[in-house]
Amino acid sequence: MTKRAYTTGNWLKQAFQGNRGWGAAWRSPKPQAAYDVVIVGGGGHGLATAYYLAKNHGVGRIALLEKGWLGGGNTGRNTTAIRSNYFYHPSVELYDLSVRLYESLSRDIGYNVMFSQRGMVVLAHSEPEMEMAARQVNAMQLNGVDAELFDAQDVRRVAPLLNFREDARFPIHGGAWQARAGTARHDAVAWGYARAADSLGVDIIQNCAVEDFLIEGGQCRGVVTGQGTIRADRVGLAVAGHSTELAARAGFELPLHSYALQAFVSEPIKPIIDTVAFSPAYGIYFSQSDKGGLVIGGGLDRVPSYGQRGNTPMQDQVLGGLVEFAPVLAQVKLLRHWGGIVDVSPDSSPLIGPSPVPGLYLNCGWGTGGFKAIPAGGFLFAHLLAQGQHHSISRPFDLDRFDSGVLVDEGAASGIAH
Amino acid sequence: MQQFPCPFCGLRDETEFHFAAEAGKTRPDTAGEDISPRAWAQYLYFQRNPKGATREVWMHTTCREVFILERDSLSMAVTGSRALREDEGA
Repeated sequence: MTKRAYTTGNWLKQAFQGNRGWGAAWRSPKPQAAYDVVIVGGGGHGLATAYYLAKNHGVGRIALLEKGWLGGGNTGRNTTAIRSNYFYHPSVELYDLSVRLYESLSRDIGYNVMFSQRGMVVLAHSEPEMEMAARQVNAMQLNGVDAELFDAQDVRRVAPLLNFREDARFPIHGGAWQARAGTARHDAVAWGYARAADSLGVDIIQNCAVEDFLIEGGQCRGVVTGQGTIRADRVGLAVAGHSTELAARAGFELPLHSYALQAFVSEPIKPIIDTVAFSPAYGIYFSQSDKGGLVIGGGLDRVPSYGQRGNTPMQDQVLGGLVEFAPVLAQVKLLRHWGGIVDVSPDSSPLIGPSPVPGLYLNCGWGTGGFKAIPAGGFLFAHLLAQGQHHSISRPFDLDRFDSGVLVDEGAASGIAH
Repeated sequence: MQQFPCPFCGLRDETEFHFAAEAGKTRPDTAGEDISPRAWAQYLYFQRNPKGATREVWMHTTCREVFILERDSLSMAVTGSRALREDEGA
């Protein structure tokens, strides 16, 4: 059945036809023997890469291979926050490209990703932290990104339910505000990119785990999968926490550790907060989804892990922090909790670039911040795969920075809790 | 709360332990020839990061001893714990 665009005309027509005529959002083709580009990983980054390869670069034969189901990894396991409040120029270039692409994404792919620019405040809990917040705001403004320094009254205006008591464990002095930050519906980002990529001819193949690489004369010539061997002279990996696993099969190591990152969602409640509130001191941030659930996140588990679940000390820390940060939430019941496996690099910045094996390319190392970067990651990785060389924005994030020592240390600069 | 076995103190809460590094790395010999940036990067940053059986150097922060912890990074089961000074090839 033909796929129909989500237009008002089609919506009215389908309303009278029992919504039976929409057609599948994407096909489920059998893999062909060869493609121009094979992308491994059907999360946000892989799907966005496939879309931009077809749309911006006109690459004809593209396959996307996913070992499970689309968006079933970290794309479906995050807290949906989108922001570009970083410190260094290369990071701001990268993450603000992502925010800008998110701003037009629903229109671009014809799928409502529910990007809501509700703003985000990063709290400062002491006078020295206020000075660091001012430094952060200044850096963002110098890099051309919106940012505002909030005092305690400003914070109270956007998030009145926080703990403003002077005897709080971490009293609120103010914070750094980014108005263009926000949240989006994570599943819609995966499904929207998948639907749009499929419309441009990308073969999306689920339940197709890559078991090995076809390496001939030192060059990557394709992949060996559960559904047979698929040849391609350009193979792109976008597999987050499992990057080192696949790298080992291609014969190289990466500067990555895999950790579990947990998140929590509460029962749906009436609207109580319309922004994203983040307190580095409490080690916790939260927002409220359109369904009413509070979406709660914190830092990494302290034990390197591939188990897609969390351990209890971090649950204590995050939930204990939450009820001190916003004491009224102590009455709210939790509904679900989950863990995703994130790939953490030494400088808390991503890796985009060629791998040591010619023909094999990397998009990984996003750590705890992959969701917000999906459009930019896909846009830049598509450029790399199509042109064989970096876009200027992705160049600083090449693997060679570990040899040269020119790290983009956002772990230190932005205080990312890695 | 998982408990890890310190070779000196026995089973203790996981929060008392600090992950240090993968076992088996050798620092480049700075007494000899120039060391290439690649070799330094390999030593400083690159990891095997295995899924499944893994050997790691951990510190028990309460008694300050470093030791080898063998465990499974997927199931989180611990399979061995040995003092670093007793471990061959650490």
